[in-house]
Amino acid sequence: MKPSVLIPVAPGTNRDGDLAAAFELAGATPHVVPLSELRDGATDLADHQILAVPGGFSYGDALGAGRLFGLDLVNFFGETLQGAVAAGMPVIGICNGFQALVRHGILPGMLEVTATLGHNDSGRFECRWVNLVPTSASVWTDGLSEPLRCPVAHGEGRFITSDLGLVERADRVALRYGHADGSLAGEVYPTNPNGSEGDVAGVTDSTGRVLGLMPHPEDHVTERQDPLRGRHGAGGGTLGRCLPLFERGVAAVR
Amino acid sequence: MEQAREAGLVVDEIDEYRVVHLAGDLDANEVGQIVDRYVVDPVDGWWVHRDDHEVPEGSILIETGVRPGVTDREAAELARVGSADGLRVRAAALGRRWIVRGAEDPTALAERVLHNDVVERHAFGPLPAAFTDPDATAPETITIDIGGLDDDALADLGRQRRLGLDELELSTIRSHFAFLGREATDAELEMLAQTWSEHCQHTTFRAEITIDDPSGERDGEVVDGLLKQFLRAATDTIAAPWVTSAFVDNAGLIEFEPGWDLAIKAETHNHPSALEPFGGANTGVGGVVRDILGVSARPIAVTDILCFGPTDTPADEVPDGVLHPRRIRAGVIDGVGDYGNKIGVPNIAGAIVHDPGYITTPLVFAGCLGVLPSGSHPTDAAPGDAIVVLGGAVGRDGVGGATFSSQTMGVETALVAGSSVQIGDPIVEKGLIDVVVAARDAGLYSAITDCGAGGLSSSVGEMGAELGCDVQLDDVPRKYPGLAPWEVWLSEAQERMVLACPDPAPVLALAERWAVDAAVIGTFSGDGRIVVRDGDETLIDLDAGFLHDGAPRRRLHATRPDRRRDPREPETFDAKTVLLDLLSHPSLRSNEDVVRTFDHEVLGGTVVRPYGGPEADGPADGTSVVPVGTSGERAAVIGIGVNARYGPIDPEAMAWAVIDEAIRNAVVAGADPDRIALLDNFSWGDPTDAATLGGLVEACRGCHDAAVHHGAPFVSGKDSLFNVYVMPDGTPDPVVPTLVITALGINSRPDRTPATGAVASGHDIWLVGPAAGALGGSHFDAVTGGDRGGAVPAPDRDARRRHRGVADAIAAGVVVSAHDLAEGGLAVAAAEWAHAGRIGVAIDIPGLRHPEIAFGEGPGRYLLEVRPDDAAVVGGLLPDAVRVGVTEPNGMLRLTDDGDPVVSVELDEIRLAYAGHVTAGAIA
Repeated sequence: MKPSVLIPVAPGTNRDGDLAAAFELAGATPHVVPLSELRDGATDLADHQILAVPGGFSYGDALGAGRLFGLDLVNFFGETLQGAVAAGMPVIGICNGFQALVRHGILPGMLEVTATLGHNDSGRFECRWVNLVPTSASVWTDGLSEPLRCPVAHGEGRFITSDLGLVERADRVALRYGHADGSLAGEVYPTNPNGSEGDVAGVTDSTGRVLGLMPHPEDHVTERQDPLRGRHGAGGGTLGRCLPLFERGVAAVR
Repeated sequence: MEQAREAGLVVDEIDEYRVVHLAGDLDANEVGQIVDRYVVDPVDGWWVHRDDHEVPEGSILIETGVRPGVTDREAAELARVGSADGLRVRAAALGRRWIVRGAEDPTALAERVLHNDVVERHAFGPLPAAFTDPDATAPETITIDIGGLDDDALADLGRQRRLGLDELELSTIRSHFAFLGREATDAELEMLAQTWSEHCQHTTFRAEITIDDPSGERDGEVVDGLLKQFLRAATDTIAAPWVTSAFVDNAGLIEFEPGWDLAIKAETHNHPSALEPFGGANTGVGGVVRDILGVSARPIAVTDILCFGPTDTPADEVPDGVLHPRRIRAGVIDGVGDYGNKIGVPNIAGAIVHDPGYITTPLVFAGCLGVLPSGSHPTDAAPGDAIVVLGGAVGRDGVGGATFSSQTMGVETALVAGSSVQIGDPIVEKGLIDVVVAARDAGLYSAITDCGAGGLSSSVGEMGAELGCDVQLDDVPRKYPGLAPWEVWLSEAQERMVLACPDPAPVLALAERWAVDAAVIGTFSGDGRIVVRDGDETLIDLDAGFLHDGAPRRRLHATRPDRRRDPREPETFDAKTVLLDLLSHPSLRSNEDVVRTFDHEVLGGTVVRPYGGPEADGPADGTSVVPVGTSGERAAVIGIGVNARYGPIDPEAMAWAVIDEAIRNAVVAGADPDRIALLDNFSWGDPTDAATLGGLVEACRGCHDAAVHHGAPFVSGKDSLFNVYVMPDGTPDPVVPTLVITALGINSRPDRTPATGAVASGHDIWLVGPAAGALGGSHFDAVTGGDRGGAVPAPDRDARRRHRGVADAIAAGVVVSAHDLAEGGLAVAAAEWAHAGRIGVAIDIPGLRHPEIAFGEGPGRYLLEVRPDDAAVVGGLLPDAVRVGVTEPNGMLRLTDDGDPVVSVELDEIRLAYAGHVTAGAIA
């Protein structure tokens, strides 16, 4: 039986289809469910093995990207989510979903640290491809050593925290912006597309089962999505496809 | 600050704050709770009461905010969450506070930089909140004894209500009501004006036109409607079996692959964008996305073609009542990005054109591509079907859009037309997509259309054109009270669709699941009458036949323009300087900074992006997506053609040129040129001016002939006329006659699509098509001192064969990369191509020192990168293509004339020029 992935959508969520397609390729069965069904109790988190919070503009980014979506997660899941994670459920939040998990407090999940995702340094929404260097263990990135390539598409993605050093020492930084050769961006634009401190692109919690990231790995899971298709020279290193990330999440619950 | 400086205003410092207004019975504790929870960021936010906010000595305070009733999603969300969980917010509104130090002219700062009076207000001090009045009472319906009016009074009525109808149309309406022997309601007059407007009925494109051509062969020719005789005629002549639907619906439909069709449409949103650039462009995208939903298709890509005045136009050369091109450009780009990004549809193709002819009349063309299962779009409403309205509630923010956009603009337009311009709400429209697609798949409706300009009047009126309808206006959801009945019927609230449903219950349930508002407002009756009731009163009772077919056909006169065919004098120039000036010309330089603010990846189907190459900063020609849900083996390709410089010289040749450009862009992205569908979008001046209309006739003639030549049928189109600004002294300033062509093609082998930018050194470069091009109307002229005469590129009846040959070479897998020759000709194409790929390019052509070869423009020309081993294949498929050069590992572009250097330039210099870092020469 394929693992079931719950993909909750708020008004304005728009990358739910991309995320569902990625999980399907990774061998899971995605269920895209409007929040109204969670509110009504028609859908129960306990019936699923993975929670994936998708990207988009939930509530039009009103009052801060991911804020109202994050409050919905608190209201509709509350402690169920903490319990599910403690019991081993992998969770991934991408872009707006990451913003919601940070607003919810589940990421980076450290009482002594506050974190938020601020407006990009460039002051505008930007869509461009980036390299993601895996930098710590999470069930989603376990064993990945080569950089992944995928697009970012956001206006509020600059990771800010009250104490980056603490977050780093707790090994919560899962992915950083960098170059194709695996070296880090050094906070230089556009390799680091939004000005995140420490080139942080994605963070995990203490269990390594919750991953949140701004870029969109779900939009690079097949060869035809690759903008460098036709340009990879012989022995040109990694293709940077992101399917393995989803496969690892799915494998964790098999 | 930057915007103030660009606007030429002196100011030392501007600080911006948000102002949040909360209405309700709230105590300090509750306010604190709401603010902490919903308003400020817990990590880096702070707040104080407005009255406690200190204004430093020597600074002034300005507040701005939207006008009451203008869409504000954020305020609505705050009101929603602030009234839940025991909180008692009744209403919320947002504004901005600006603390300004050292402003020489605060009024100019407020008006030109900080807000737009069309949708916002400002005050030097605290500004009251934009709450709508919950107790507003609606104006009564007015009746007018139109049958008894004399000619002058009739004309006055038309002017006062801004009906946009001509004398004959008004008197036809007068006779109709005289015959009925009753007065007309204001709603009936407004509905007739909207239905008969240029915007809705294409009055000019259906008119009978007599041509005046005293010295030429077309004198006395009568055109039996531009649409019928030229555009539809081309489609009928080509009779392509793969065209599923052309011209009859909200969008055109073609077959894509077994089981799936594509839908395509492009719209103009010029008038609103001129007044409120963000809102105008925003709702332009929203409108065309709804056109695609209106043929039951799922939107999968949007496009945008934008035309602005030069951004460096001195402020004193911008007439009163016109926003500066820089401000228009910034607002329009924001508006396009905001809607597409939020609705989750990738923006994959577009163009930005700058020309002085667009200072008073900027143009915004928004397009949308959709996909649907073959045969899944029902168009057969039956008597008794319920009329279901889905989406946004009705407000006053969009009254009269159809009639407004069918008239010229002047200084007072911004003052009186505020209610014709809206701000969009893409989040509501995203919900519409989910509901409509689900309802389509479940077969829950028998017909569908979108609410465009003209609101319910237009959509319900069109759907009931044969059946008739019976509507109870009281059931229409409203944003706030106080709307006159005719406003409810006519208001162009965005984000709304109308469905005919045999059983509305399952659609209402779907809408609730996706948090979309829905209501049943009446039934399609079957008696052929358009009946709208307001309470017990009959607001409208019109014969559907008179409403839709009763408008008299316009008869117009056109003067055929002279075509310029004069020869040019030989000239000398410095090729490298010209090349760098061309690369940095506002219409040619990179728009990557703009395109990066648009999401071109969402939905995961994008194959060819607007910018490609190893650094993703080289321009692609056509772009493509694999439609959601399809097999994944084919891609839908979009190519765009537009030229602002040929139209004034030779509109017929312009049509040929831009059709060719759209097709060759699509071919480079792998489209089969024998299976391309076209959209036409005209933006023209006042068609009652015979010379203006004469140009339009010739452009349409060119469209017909070029489409037939290429075997590429038109499947839909949209014209925008009356793009004329009446200057303060009364002289009309018409737009540059502009035609945008969108080509939709199919790539059956996405894996063989040529790369964007040269890929590797040691490959051969082939030139397809004539080496020399034309210089009349060229961009070469634009950067070398202005128009110096000569013909624009002539129609080329051999171009189709070359498109076919290039496509065959691509399908054979022998084209490593390709680039078309467009504005700036060979030299610019070679430079962009080398830059995109970070690969040296060396080209040698005898005669290249002549500007016709280096910079001439013309149809059906390409550069191809081919492995030396594949020369025989390319030579066989393209008999007259020539090997003209090689790719090199040296980071240089070298153009030579029989070995003599003409241009030698480093790729880094090209990169900087293309990014706009070189001051262009005189821009004509």
